[in-house]
Amino acid sequence: MIKDRYDVVIIGSGPGGLAAAITARQNGAQDVLIIERDLEPGGILLQCIHNGFGVEIFKQDLPGPSYAQRFINEAKSVGVDWLMDTMVLDVTPDRRILAMGKHSGMVEVQAKAVVMAMGCRERTRAQIRLPGARPAGVYTAGTAQRWVNVEGYMPGKQFVILGSGDIGMIMARRLTFEGAKVERVLEIMPYLTGLTRNYVQCLLDNDIPLQLRHTVKRIIGRKRVEAIESVMVDERWQPIPGTEEIIPCDTLLLSVGLIPENELSRKAGVNLDPITGGPFVDDGFQTNVPGIFSAGNVVHVYDLVDWVTEAGRTAGKRAALYAQGKLPPDNKRVQLKAAENVRYVVPHTMNSVSLTEGDVRLQMRVRQPIEEPVWVEVRSGDKLVARKGEPYARPGEMVTMTLTAKHYEDVQHANELTVAVIKR
Amino acid sequence: MSQTCDVLIIGGGVVGCMVARFLSQYDQKIILIEKEADVGMGASSANSAIIHAGHDPLPGTLKAAMNTRANPMWDTVAAELSVPFERRGSYVVASRPEQMARLEELLQRARQNGVPGAVILTGDELRTREPALSPEACGALFTPCAGLIDTLLISLAAAENALQNGVQILLETAFEDFLFEGRRIVGVRTNRGEIRCRWVVNAAGLFSDEVMHKAGVRPDFRITPRRGEYCILDQAETSIHNVLFPVPSEVSKGILVLASLHGNTLVGPDSQLVAEKDNEDITPQGMEEIWNGAAQLVPSLNPRHVIATFAGLRATGNASTPGLDYHHDFIIEIPAEVQGLVNLGGIESPGLTAAPAIAERVIELLRDAGEKLTPRKDWNPIRTPRPRFRELSRAEQAALIAKDPRYGRVICRCELVTEGEIVAELHGPIPARTYDAIKRRTWLGTGRCLGSFDMPRVVQIMAQELGVSPIEITKRGVGSNFLTRPTKAVEE
Repeated sequence: MIKDRYDVVIIGSGPGGLAAAITARQNGAQDVLIIERDLEPGGILLQCIHNGFGVEIFKQDLPGPSYAQRFINEAKSVGVDWLMDTMVLDVTPDRRILAMGKHSGMVEVQAKAVVMAMGCRERTRAQIRLPGARPAGVYTAGTAQRWVNVEGYMPGKQFVILGSGDIGMIMARRLTFEGAKVERVLEIMPYLTGLTRNYVQCLLDNDIPLQLRHTVKRIIGRKRVEAIESVMVDERWQPIPGTEEIIPCDTLLLSVGLIPENELSRKAGVNLDPITGGPFVDDGFQTNVPGIFSAGNVVHVYDLVDWVTEAGRTAGKRAALYAQGKLPPDNKRVQLKAAENVRYVVPHTMNSVSLTEGDVRLQMRVRQPIEEPVWVEVRSGDKLVARKGEPYARPGEMVTMTLTAKHYEDVQHANELTVAVIKR
Repeated sequence: MSQTCDVLIIGGGVVGCMVARFLSQYDQKIILIEKEADVGMGASSANSAIIHAGHDPLPGTLKAAMNTRANPMWDTVAAELSVPFERRGSYVVASRPEQMARLEELLQRARQNGVPGAVILTGDELRTREPALSPEACGALFTPCAGLIDTLLISLAAAENALQNGVQILLETAFEDFLFEGRRIVGVRTNRGEIRCRWVVNAAGLFSDEVMHKAGVRPDFRITPRRGEYCILDQAETSIHNVLFPVPSEVSKGILVLASLHGNTLVGPDSQLVAEKDNEDITPQGMEEIWNGAAQLVPSLNPRHVIATFAGLRATGNASTPGLDYHHDFIIEIPAEVQGLVNLGGIESPGLTAAPAIAERVIELLRDAGEKLTPRKDWNPIRTPRPRFRELSRAEQAALIAKDPRYGRVICRCELVTEGEIVAELHGPIPARTYDAIKRRTWLGTGRCLGSFDMPRVVQIMAQELGVSPIEITKRGVGSNFLTRPTKAVEE
């Protein structure tokens, strides 16, 4: 039975939402509710039947559904309420939630704290204004993944994949295993945008060619895709005349980026960062609206699910403390700013007092690849606060820098911390 | 198939559907044939969705006459057919002082065409009504009677009301040739057999030239498709409140920026001649042109916020207007060369606006030709709409879910379209048989995720409701299937 009031309500039961729910219970929240629009919990992990999940957290290489099931089981054992097949329509700044579902009808609940964990959606052909016809056979990689892995149908026979994002490469392998022909993967950037391990395991191992600096110039076919015209681009992403090639295919899959899904956050009055597409958050993933937290791909797009789980844990704990009135007061809020070769860093602000309770993880994406050893540096003005080495830095792979108790003094005295990733 | 009727209408665009709907008032047996899998699949759905005021067409043209006659009809037509319609007015914006003279010309033209209420506003007045407008804007012609219509729904709504009043609608039925007895047309041959009739209405849009040529009428008339590309912007990211035109050129009304009925911002169209009548391609050149054009009116628009692109084909003809140096007019006539043909051609913009007036004109022409059109006592002009979940109050939504729980399950999350609505359209008066047909009826898949979330779910619902395999489900009719085979099936 669904109650009228909850300590913590979690919107979304993907890895971020599940972790937040479990951690909220473990940190003193009595009543925790998960609202999920799909029929079963687990989010997009349910269609990710490939392995590669849990390496950081479990030191095991699990398929998506198995990874999700561990958290679903744990959530059931710690005791949370579930509202499945139910979509949240509105969240107010004072945390009233309106939702509805086929079996739940219209539901209204009041939460002391909310964790937004709606994940992200895929960029579409319109967002990259892909030229040509608009026939059947142009799908986002995730849509194709749902068809193949959940519903058991093939969306085509002969594929071209635009974008070297992880889902695209994983689908290239999956479709090949199912007997389809994947002609090639085209990537407009001069570098891979997904994980190197996916390039090796999905493309190289299956002899699927990757063409960097290439894009789709035109989609051909009135009813169903018949071919695409590819083209090479220059440094400014402009097509180079004479490099066009017609590639016959019946399907074009798009793996051209993910966008945090924050329509509900906007309704709740949450401010969004135009660079990440997600809310501005502090180190506990609280947004500008008190009591509204945010976790996972809804904040920024992660490369590994393990980090989403970690973010969910942090948000869940802080949400539980907020609901109980136990959140430590803001000691001093320090801005975190992206500096050289860093596109963004999350969180946007941190409280030095957090370092007395545990580590604070800074996560960032670099602008340009550096294929040699780099320093990840955190500075307060000219003063170096923390530094670590990495063998390389690539836009497709998130960079993580952990601040610990030993950085407390420096953070406490800083107004602003800058984060850079530079050649060693 | 061998059927007979009094009037056969070729083409289920907005003109054909309106003719069917208005003619269904009379005691006539009417059949409408459409070669595609649904009505309203062409330019009738892919346009700016404006009910034009009528200051643009040259006075003395049929375009001007039909526009001015049709504009005031829309309050009644839209209300009877339950199609969203709002008279928001439109602005023709001068971006340079020298264009102010053109606004005066347009004002004169508006008065000559009988457009009520047109006034010229200063740049400052304009910016209080539309703050996002360019600081360069120095004035505008405001015409309060311009409106916006749900262009995806209008053809269907007219066809449904026609159907309700006894009109037969035959989809995937393509005109092939006329049947003659001497000079008299006595029927048509279609891909599905012959249909005998006394009158044929040529409402074939882009193909109206080919149809009239089969009757031996106007061999010199040619339709040259003129493509217009559009972008739709995320409503969460931009806020425009009005319909903004630039000062028009000779060939088109120019690239406009408007706040759609739906709350999105629409940008477009360009105007490019294309060789093929099915070339609805999006092009880099077209996109660049519409962005440059839009930026002159509203500089703050950001291409990053585009959520959808589309293109429509204008059926531009080469019919001259008697006594004027104008060569792209509508044709609305009963030609002398043959008997039994009502010939409509070159119905490009303002064709959507003009459609109800064209329908009335067709009735007048039939009367002039001696047809005794007796009004039917049982004619019902009211179409009963099906519930649109997102337009209901919370209380109405709750009541609907209580009655049918399928209205509680959201399938299209961007546009808030529910399973109940999809099922209702699959079993509607003109049943949706394709994904795009559901899209036009509900606006599903038109939002920021462009259907990537709903598509597998809709295919599944369609397969279940229609009792077929998901592999049979198409985007827009024969040959546009989404899926090819089950996984694990062995390919030959």
